Amino acid sequence: MGFWALNLDTFIMSLLLGAVFMLVFYSAAKIAVSGIPSGLQNFCEWAVEFIDTSVRGSFSSKNNMVAPLALTIFFWVFSMNLMDLLPIDYVPHLMTALGVPFFKVVPSTDPNATFGMAIGVFLLVLFYSVKMKGFGGFVGELTLQPFGKFGLPVNLLLEGVNLIAKPISLALRLFGNMYAGEMIFILIALMGSTWVGFTFGGVTLFGSQILLSLGWAIFHILIVTLQAFIFMTLTVVYMDMAHQEHH
Amino acid sequence: MNINATLLAQTIMFALFVWFCMKFVWTPIIAALEARKKQIADGLADAERAKQDLELASKRSAEILREAKEKASEIVANGDKRASEIIEDAKGQAKVEGDRIVAGAKAEIEQEVFRAKEQLRTQVSAIALAGAGRILGREIDAKAHNDLLDKLVAEI
Repeated sequence: MGFWALNLDTFIMSLLLGAVFMLVFYSAAKIAVSGIPSGLQNFCEWAVEFIDTSVRGSFSSKNNMVAPLALTIFFWVFSMNLMDLLPIDYVPHLMTALGVPFFKVVPSTDPNATFGMAIGVFLLVLFYSVKMKGFGGFVGELTLQPFGKFGLPVNLLLEGVNLIAKPISLALRLFGNMYAGEMIFILIALMGSTWVGFTFGGVTLFGSQILLSLGWAIFHILIVTLQAFIFMTLTVVYMDMAHQEHH
Repeated sequence: MNINATLLAQTIMFALFVWFCMKFVWTPIIAALEARKKQIADGLADAERAKQDLELASKRSAEILREAKEKASEIVANGDKRASEIIEDAKGQAKVEGDRIVAGAKAEIEQEVFRAKEQLRTQVSAIALAGAGRILGREIDAKAHNDLLDKLVAEI
């Protein structure tokens, strides 16, 4: 499996989830009227307004692309993370029965998915940095501060790390959280798999699995939403930084 | 954790989703929201204007009512005045007419009295004549005593 391998599980799941999200919002947008909104339109308008408000809060320049970007990120990441809450073995076992021996249900536990998005954001940040400040301005920002032009190599090192850290931290934060969460689900699930019959230890482990996975799943509802929100907010903040002149 | 072509696929997918969202989701929904905002603002402005209109109208109606009342009371006062004038006029006319009637009646009465006196006088003279004739036992020559009789009549 060289570089040109394609993780079909990640690809299909994220495509499916993104398509569902787009379809839901598109069907709401198609019937969007200024009059009294129906249920679906209500939900989508609430989501759009929520995103719009938080984008307005942290993005001060004018760019019509940032808010839809944030909406896409939030709901895509949210739906990908949400797959975490599916019972851990169901889909892989189903896929095994269908002849696919390995299937990862949560795309955001694949670094390819998180890095893919982070790189998309990074390219946008680079593009808008150059567009707003000019190529010279962007290079100047990388090389002429914080120590002036005589500290150029140091400046480049510091600012370069600063720049590169943005997509890496975006991608790794989401990947790490989801991967660790999924790992703990797996560990919890191992408890029940040691079932040896109605012995004291077997029943205790079985009950513990139910209780722990319930607790962890409830906790994960928070993580899922929070990670999606953090990814979105950080993207908006990075875009805002790309639009602002350094002084 | 192995990085492979999925990375590129995910990036492209991401870009496509963002483009789709911008073009077909965000724009129409925001447009609908803006349109509704405008509608609501217009509605509120209309309501405000209507309220002002109402206030103006009620003020004007009160004004008109007040004017009408004033006019009505003026008309009533005028009517009262006119009525009392007419009554005064009628009173005056009635008095004059009454006076005239009374005066005519008085004159007539006087005339009647006078005529009755005249008649009485002639009758008295005839009675006196007849009485005298009877007293004298003979026919008095009316012609011979005409002067005397006339004098007597004049005296009565």
